[in-house]
Amino acid sequence: MFSNASNFVQGVDSAFLIITAISVFFLVALTGLMIYFVVKYNKKKAIPAVQIKDNSLLEITWIAIPMILVLYMFYIGWEGFIPMRQVPKDAMEVTAIGSMWKFEFEYAGNKQSDTLVVPIDKAVKVNLASKDVLHGFSVPGFRIKEDMVPQKKNYTWFIAGELGDYDIYCTVYCGLNHSYMMSVIRVVSQADYDKWIKALPVKKVDNNLGLKVLEKNGCIACHSLDGSKLVGPSFKGLHGSTSEVTINGVNTKITVDSAYLESSIYDPNKEIVVGYPQGVMKSYKGIIQKKDVELINEYLKTLK
Amino acid sequence: MSNSTEKIEYVSYLDHKGKYKGLMAWIMATDHKKIGLLYMYSIMTFFFIGVILGLMMKVELLAPGETIMKAQTYNGVFTLHGILMIFMVVIPGLSATFGNFFLPILIGAKDVSFPKLNRFSWWIFIVGSIMAVASQLLKDGPPDSGWTFYAPYSTTTGTNVIMATAAAFVLGFSSILTGLNFIVTVHQMRAPGMRFFNMPLFPWSLYATAWIQLLATPVIGITLLMLIAERLFNIGFFDPNLGGDPLLFQHLFWIYSHPAVYVMMLPAMGVITEIIPTFCQRQIYGYKAVAISSLAIAGVGFLVWGHHMYTSGMSDEARWFFSLLTFIVAVPSAIKVFNWITTMYKGSIDVKPPFLYALTFIFLFIIGGTTGLLLGAVATNVQVHDTAFVVAHFHYIIFGGMGFAFFAAIHYWLPKMYGRMYNFKIANIALVINFIGFNLLYFPQFIIGIQGMPRRYFDYPAQFQPAQVLSSIGGFILVIGLILMVYNLVKGARSGEIAPENPWNGSTLEWTLPATPSLENFDEEPIIKENPYDYK
Repeated sequence: MFSNASNFVQGVDSAFLIITAISVFFLVALTGLMIYFVVKYNKKKAIPAVQIKDNSLLEITWIAIPMILVLYMFYIGWEGFIPMRQVPKDAMEVTAIGSMWKFEFEYAGNKQSDTLVVPIDKAVKVNLASKDVLHGFSVPGFRIKEDMVPQKKNYTWFIAGELGDYDIYCTVYCGLNHSYMMSVIRVVSQADYDKWIKALPVKKVDNNLGLKVLEKNGCIACHSLDGSKLVGPSFKGLHGSTSEVTINGVNTKITVDSAYLESSIYDPNKEIVVGYPQGVMKSYKGIIQKKDVELINEYLKTLK
Repeated sequence: MSNSTEKIEYVSYLDHKGKYKGLMAWIMATDHKKIGLLYMYSIMTFFFIGVILGLMMKVELLAPGETIMKAQTYNGVFTLHGILMIFMVVIPGLSATFGNFFLPILIGAKDVSFPKLNRFSWWIFIVGSIMAVASQLLKDGPPDSGWTFYAPYSTTTGTNVIMATAAAFVLGFSSILTGLNFIVTVHQMRAPGMRFFNMPLFPWSLYATAWIQLLATPVIGITLLMLIAERLFNIGFFDPNLGGDPLLFQHLFWIYSHPAVYVMMLPAMGVITEIIPTFCQRQIYGYKAVAISSLAIAGVGFLVWGHHMYTSGMSDEARWFFSLLTFIVAVPSAIKVFNWITTMYKGSIDVKPPFLYALTFIFLFIIGGTTGLLLGAVATNVQVHDTAFVVAHFHYIIFGGMGFAFFAAIHYWLPKMYGRMYNFKIANIALVINFIGFNLLYFPQFIIGIQGMPRRYFDYPAQFQPAQVLSSIGGFILVIGLILMVYNLVKGARSGEIAPENPWNGSTLEWTLPATPSLENFDEEPIIKENPYDYK
């Protein structure tokens, strides 16, 4: 009766059904009783109220029964959950990295993908990491969810039981484009998986120090390296270009040079490029050192 | 009474002439009843601002993609909606409004222990509220961290987080001082002859609440100061890039913010515990059990904060522990529900608007409470945590619970506060509209939450649209009901029929007073009875 999308569906859904059934029973019974009393003991019937003495036996009963029920619900909740923390030793490992506002998946052999492709019927451990702020790794179809915390190890795992695509959502609010931070788990046959991973190119590593500074401070979440328009202007071809900015409400044309870029890092709201919002970026004064700003400038000069 | 004592002439507290006139008479008032009204007016104002923000979100979510505002604006709107509703409406809500007005009366006192401190608490509340609104208007743009201020996003975003957290910090002091005032009042100001177990149950719930306010609020104060220090001086408390731990923020935040839920709910339960017996013409069933369950909820409520963090990467042992305690805290709440319903048994039930609001409260509270079981069990929490399901759950508890209890309280005590009565028929119609609108607004969010729709989403995949549209329609219906309700109450308070001193045939101390009490409530020392529900 339960879907076989992952090995956790049955545990979670049966706990869900039992707790919901108990809840609905109490909701219907108590509401029904309320309505019954309101009709039966209505003032219009002109029967005077009877004062009833407290009855210890009754009170102990309605403490004891809910106590037993809640302990039972706690137990099935725990039973459904604990397998989620017990990863089989032979599980295949993938690292999921969250950053504003995308998921990246790193496979063995320094390969990287933006969708999580996994073979069916195989245990997959997903190590969770974040580059900047908190993110959530939620796969409703698999009944799994864990947070991605910067510089702290967390993980989840699963065995996918059915072929197909399953949505991944970021569930911890992470700023402007939180609601666009999504990806997909694609469950394929072992043969297809092997083909896919073989074709996946090895990630090129760029060791430019200026780029490292940009990555570390989360700059490229809003300023793309490939010319696409995100929250702020793209870095591609920025250095040396001409751009129109607003200073105190007046528009002027300026040339983007190292001095302008430095002032944009330390006092971002002073000169805003026309067409971009004010107040989204904070000042990085005291966070990015002068020498690192120079590294950024050197890197941006090369980014044509 | 000896002949030498002069009989004090009765003057309604509303007509009392003090040192100040006009607006200043209100701002400088130390009368607990006037301060209660001041809180009510300000809280209702903030509530309606919050409602408008909520409605803006509902309009935005009518269709996927951008509808009426940009993502950044939306993020600011849900942040302000949260800050306003939590810190300025539901936390002070019942205890500052009806607690101030009725706590002294119900224990036979002339005022709270420290009337000037009480006035000062309201001033702080207003200063904090102005700061919260100012955070929206200052140069760097409205804060966009959500009302939970989770680090490290809140410590790195460019927006006005400092002003918003400073506002919450200041509002916290108002809450602490009110709590302190109420604790001392309950201990020191009870009329001669009234012991703890001769107090009605609303004061009991306020007493339990006050301890939470006093003990838990300093934690959020310190936490918010740490956050401000991190932003201003780069001290690494929470941001891992500075050597901090984001989970530390979550723990500290919820050590306050979970008990804060009981600051909202306990007085709500207290109000319902007063209303049900009155309209059933019966004693509350299980007086001691209800009184003690208030303290039990307040006590155990301190130890369950971790259930907001099951997926945060916290240890498995911690998840086990917090889940167990979370389930145990459900029991005293269930006991209260059983006691309320048993009180109706063999009563003589008079179905008037306050009673209908109380019944609605019980219904919505059961839904809110039992969906909380799904969130408390670890396995099912994994499925619904941080989704629209949570949004629906806490609106059922906080709005359906605390909000509807507030409406019940207003309909119950309005004749005692203003000496006038509202129109019953309109009140009932408004209630029905509110009930339909409320369920239509929030129930669909349970469904899409189960399907995985995350919370705080500006945009969403198309498969969630039908439920979102239903929810938005519910939002509009609810607003119509709220406007009708407030219109009826305002009209009643200003020009309704003159109310008798005991319109509901109630049996607690406040109904022995004139329709509007005098400045010092009891011009003659009240004679205290063994049974708090025997003043007829």
